[in-house]
Amino acid sequence: MLQSLTRRVTGTTAVMWLIGSAILLLVVWGSMRTITGAVELHRLGDLQRTLTTNLIDGIAQGSVYALIALGYTLVYGILRMINFAHSEVFMSGPFIGYYVATALHGSGFLNRQPFVSLGIVMLVAMATSVTVAVLLERIAYRPLRRAPRLVPLITAIGASFFLQYTFLGLFGSGIKGYPEIERLKGRWTIPGTEIGILRTQLVVIIAAVVMLIGLYLFVQRTKIGKAMQAVSEDKDTAALMGIDVDRIIVITFVVGGALAGAAGVLYALLFRQVKFDMGFIPGIKAFTAAVLGGIGNVVGAMLGGLFLGIAESLFPNLVLDGLGIPAPYQLKDALAFILLVFILIFRPTGILGERLAAKKA
Amino acid sequence: MGNVSRFDWRMPLKVGLLGGLIAMLIALVGMVEASQVRPVITSLLSLGQTLLLLVFVFTAATAARRSVGHEGSVGLLGVINAGLAGLVTSAVLVGLVLVGGLINLRAVLIRASPELYDLLTLGLGRGRGSLALLALGVLLGVIVGVVYLLPARPRRAVTVGAGLVPVVAILWSALFAGRGLSLLTAAIIFVAAAGLSYLWSLLQARVGDKDRPLSLAGQRAMQWGRWAVLGAIVVLFPLLGKFPSEVLDNVGLYVLMGLGLNIVVGFAGLLDLGYVAFFALGAYTMGILTSPEIGWLGPRLTFWEALPFAVLMATLWGVILGIPVLGMRGDYLAIVTLGFGEIIRLVVLSDWLKPYIGGSNGITRIPKPVLGPISLATPQTLYYLLLAGCLLAGFIAIRLKDSRLGRAWMAMREDEDVAQAMGIDLVKTKLLAFASGAAFSGLSGAIFASKLTSVYPHSFHVLVSINALCVIIVGGMGSIPGVIAGAFALVGLPELLREFAEYRLWVYGAALVMMMLRRPEGLMPEARRRLELRETETGSST
Repeated sequence: MLQSLTRRVTGTTAVMWLIGSAILLLVVWGSMRTITGAVELHRLGDLQRTLTTNLIDGIAQGSVYALIALGYTLVYGILRMINFAHSEVFMSGPFIGYYVATALHGSGFLNRQPFVSLGIVMLVAMATSVTVAVLLERIAYRPLRRAPRLVPLITAIGASFFLQYTFLGLFGSGIKGYPEIERLKGRWTIPGTEIGILRTQLVVIIAAVVMLIGLYLFVQRTKIGKAMQAVSEDKDTAALMGIDVDRIIVITFVVGGALAGAAGVLYALLFRQVKFDMGFIPGIKAFTAAVLGGIGNVVGAMLGGLFLGIAESLFPNLVLDGLGIPAPYQLKDALAFILLVFILIFRPTGILGERLAAKKA
Repeated sequence: MGNVSRFDWRMPLKVGLLGGLIAMLIALVGMVEASQVRPVITSLLSLGQTLLLLVFVFTAATAARRSVGHEGSVGLLGVINAGLAGLVTSAVLVGLVLVGGLINLRAVLIRASPELYDLLTLGLGRGRGSLALLALGVLLGVIVGVVYLLPARPRRAVTVGAGLVPVVAILWSALFAGRGLSLLTAAIIFVAAAGLSYLWSLLQARVGDKDRPLSLAGQRAMQWGRWAVLGAIVVLFPLLGKFPSEVLDNVGLYVLMGLGLNIVVGFAGLLDLGYVAFFALGAYTMGILTSPEIGWLGPRLTFWEALPFAVLMATLWGVILGIPVLGMRGDYLAIVTLGFGEIIRLVVLSDWLKPYIGGSNGITRIPKPVLGPISLATPQTLYYLLLAGCLLAGFIAIRLKDSRLGRAWMAMREDEDVAQAMGIDLVKTKLLAFASGAAFSGLSGAIFASKLTSVYPHSFHVLVSINALCVIIVGGMGSIPGVIAGAFALVGLPELLREFAEYRLWVYGAALVMMMLRRPEGLMPEARRRLELRETETGSST
């Protein structure tokens, strides 16, 4: 008994657990300090309000992450590769959408028919992202399907930079501000409470939830969705069952691209700006979300996205503040990465995933 | 006539269309216009035009090559196909010019300026210029097609000659006052290069004669001769002046980093995208220990005293960051290491550690290295420091490669499970790879800090990791000469061509994709890896 335990717990695992428990302890201690500090100063109400706002920000942000994360998860599930250029698929949609949005704004249509125009912008963005994703698959990934593992990954990194700087070259390096929609200004208060939500956040959350449910039904119920699952399970067997594997892979990229394009527009609604390198950080975070939920798992990616969004907006004020770190919001992005490292150490399978990390594709 | 294959109009159309799209993309991202200022041949050809020219040549060459007949010769069909492809390529560009004349593309595509149209239409105005462009496309295609009619040896000579002219011209104009070659000089270079190449290939054919091999002493003498020439060139480089030395210094920094990353990625097969973290650690350690701005940490050290600490610090962190990722492979490792790099940058940038390491203001007033009475302040003297560093690192890398450890790394790269079964301690081997890679990077970072006399968080962007990765991949993963070649091509060349600064990463991205698709083993591949990659390509399964 003891022997088998010592055999399993090697030096490195011990060190890892030590690091992990230390981080966990810091998190608990930090939140305790924040709360006790607020109680001592009789400002628990303030803290509560701040945290509620953070929570709502987090949900809105998290639902965008969830949509992007789905693109990573779907592609990983089928090709067992990280589509590193997915962040550029995400960026390209709202980037082209920006030109449509400004044109609509210029003609006054945007404010007359905000939801119709939003739909148009979204469709354009989705179409753009789908085009980029499909081209990427066709040009960069398909010829390498049987290459050693590192090769497609490096290709993906190259494609990511190529796309980023193509957009920089074609459209310039400046930040492009999305026009503001009159109808979506201001807050909406949840009836019976004091909690206010920015209207844009509300739109983002509703749109994201609708799309997430749609995707879930698509994957679970439709024939194509089932074929996708089959291909992700075993390509060769799926092919024997009469599934056109190439077609399913393209469809996967189409679906992932469409979701990323939509997520891009929602992201632009929240932050109202696009830039050629805007994809990088959300891309990494969405990947984190996908890993968090268990990469290859659709529901996991959704949950992971929400969790990450909430965690990263709550953490700075809840935990880091209590630890006495000045200007904690600066470390928001670092937190996402720390979380990623943390999960990969302790539960590489993610919340809902099967163990894929050890599987050799 | 057995070698006449059927004329298929779709092939040149497809090739030409692709070429046209590439040419259009190059034009629209602004690369053509940006490099317009640099002449290649004075008052005849600018670098921007050369770029487009190259696209035409490649398109036509592809079309010609694809029309190989049954008996392996290209024939007249090649000329026709190449001409057609050239025509289609220029037709795409003409289309861009005409559309640009009708609607204002510039509102969206910021580089679609009248200057670009002017350049594309050869300054002849829209109507006549378009016709001229079409004619030029056909002409270029036909010329390339005719070159393909030549037998292999003279064809190679012509290609080498034509390829060398822009290279020499670019180096010439970058190093000396931005003047291009005169037409006469260009012609002389072309003839000389083509002639030499032809003679060389004849000579090669003779030397390659297995019946009369060169004597052992002769071979050795040739080898020593080659090394002596190379050594002399390397030592005399700084005589070129201040600017080229500066460029060489940057190349040296990347050679150092590349050699380290080559151990991690090339030898051990661990894709590390957070490599910049160790570069940053080396630089910051150097800054913290030597700059008089830092008051909280004891006496100020000199460059040489701080150097071992910087390397040690990087090595130590190489191990610390290596431990959590021991169980990870491939993609996961890449993302986590990317995360590490970003965490370190964000933490350094935050206000939290500002009192200790300067936050976004960085650390300045880092002293330059002093060697006895000589201060290594100029780029020329610093070059020798870097050279020494690179030689040391290169020596270590070469020795490591064939050592027991190096072979363990490669075994691990091929298959971790099998390597473990063979008795390789994976934990130790992986950590040693991370540690030695980090040490090289730390050394590079330390020299970087004292070269600039300052460190700022923004110097340690993830792009540095990507640059280093590109260097080793383009050079050839696992190959030490490849790292050096890669650093010269990817760091030296863009530094020389300042107007390309904006397109550097664009070209890198394209280069990575192209390399992986066409030549995954790199420019100067390691023998073993080339075999492996070729093997998997022909192998039935992965």
